[in-house]
Amino acid sequence: MGYEITLLTTMGISILFALSLNLITGFCGQISLGHAAFLGIGAYASAVCTKAGVPFLLTLPIAMLIAGAIGVFVGLASLRVRADFLAITTMGIGFLFVGVVRQQEWLGGELGISGIPESGLSRAMFMVLALALAAAAAAFSIYVKRSWMGRVFDGIAEDEDTMRVLGVDAPAYKLTAFAIGSGFAGVAGALYAHHLRFIGPESFGFVESITVLSMVVVGGIGSVAGVAIAAALLSVLPAWFQFIGDYKLLVYGGLLFLMMRFAPGGLAGIVTSIRSRINIAKAGGSS
Amino acid sequence: MLYVDLTAQGLIQGCIYAAIALGLTLVYGLLRILHVAHASLFTLGAYAGVIVCNMTGSLLLGFAIAMLLSGMFGVAVFRLAYKPILNRPPFVALIASIGLYIASEEIFRILFGASGISFQDPPLQAQVQLFGGLQFRQAEILVMVCTVFIILVLAYLQSRTRIGVACRATVSDPQMAESFGISLQLVRDINFFVGSILAAFAGVWVGLLNNLVEPTMGSVPAYKALAIIVLGGLGSVPGTLIAALSLGVIESFGTIYLGNILDRNAIAFAFLILVLLVRPQGLFSSR
Repeated sequence: MGYEITLLTTMGISILFALSLNLITGFCGQISLGHAAFLGIGAYASAVCTKAGVPFLLTLPIAMLIAGAIGVFVGLASLRVRADFLAITTMGIGFLFVGVVRQQEWLGGELGISGIPESGLSRAMFMVLALALAAAAAAFSIYVKRSWMGRVFDGIAEDEDTMRVLGVDAPAYKLTAFAIGSGFAGVAGALYAHHLRFIGPESFGFVESITVLSMVVVGGIGSVAGVAIAAALLSVLPAWFQFIGDYKLLVYGGLLFLMMRFAPGGLAGIVTSIRSRINIAKAGGSS
Repeated sequence: MLYVDLTAQGLIQGCIYAAIALGLTLVYGLLRILHVAHASLFTLGAYAGVIVCNMTGSLLLGFAIAMLLSGMFGVAVFRLAYKPILNRPPFVALIASIGLYIASEEIFRILFGASGISFQDPPLQAQVQLFGGLQFRQAEILVMVCTVFIILVLAYLQSRTRIGVACRATVSDPQMAESFGISLQLVRDINFFVGSILAAFAGVWVGLLNNLVEPTMGSVPAYKALAIIVLGGLGSVPGTLIAALSLGVIESFGTIYLGNILDRNAIAFAFLILVLLVRPQGLFSSR
């Protein structure tokens, strides 16, 4: 039973993390290659707090606020630079985060923080918490997608200049997307830190950023259900197939490439195209 | 004396960055693709170089075979991976490229082992005294000489030969160039071929300077070269050269004076972010 609980907890955290990136990259079209930095910020903030004696549940909002605030700061960069430039800038922020944390003695430096206190919840309760937060993030994402804000995000992703001409305050919406997305990533980080009870700078590097991006891409950029399913699958893939554990990066890299090359719409895109084919076949049959 | 020494080391590093980044700039200028997998060709070149050199004892032959092999692979990558997705939004090619790079790193690890290969009898390691007191290895001086030479050759080809003029015409207006009878396909192939040759050239040198060729040797150049071409104003060749050299120098000074706050990579990206916030179009934008 312990094994399944661990798997499901990992799954919940991954879904939460992937959905947080989906808000920024999927909904609002602002590509981020350094999203793991926010997972790291949340993880470090929460770990430092619980080590100082703050109860775990209280560190969740703290991690969310700190990561969200820094997210707004990074979002300011998205107001200056766009598209390719933004991708490289966010990648730089990821490297900057790792580089800074590595040299900070009070954050454990190269060795990271170990012996993070227990969350105070039983392992089953912790799993329920992770899954509940992931479900809440999914519900929130769907709510946002259907709201006015979601439509504006869509518009910005499609054609930002037109949205500006229409009188939409695009910068404010982009910052909102960064704030919410980074905040959610911070919560995921707090869970991550207390799930593994060890964190180090390398856990939040470029590979982690690419892993989460691959979840979003494989799921279908912008599709809530697709991203959640992809995150769930990709996070447990190494555990299910022990033999790929060693070749995890080969599988991730290959998937990322093949998805983009043959099905840039991801799982969601594949489902849509199959559906429309069935519809066409039906329509063809009836006429 | 320390300053002169640091500057010299920075320039050597800068020359290597320049050789890697030039290929990327060629590709970006022509196709607007951030070609991360360029670093795969860099690593491929390094492996080909070290293996051939160890087998035959001839470094020149190693260079020739490495450059030829990488050049052909570069064209293959373009035809098989990028060409079918040229009409998609830019992030599609970027993510596909990152996937390709990550997968290739794993393939190198599986093929050649994780611990890397060294030169059995590393050539050009003798110390040379220059300008009274500065110590260089022969290889370090040759890197600078060869890079300058290759850049001059490229500049000559670009400005004085029919094919170079065709390339430049295609960059500035593909449709017009095509209607004048320039084959887009040929220009793109040549661009990838030349860019990949440069990557292999840099790869063999890096392998020689560190006397180690390992699967992950491309990862830092992969991301740093992106930072360099962004700094240089994406697609601008002179801008790329200046950005590469200044980044090399800034890093070598930075590791001495900022080493306890930031690590080497973080210094590079902090510089990148600072520049982009002031000049979002890069240092020398051509458009």
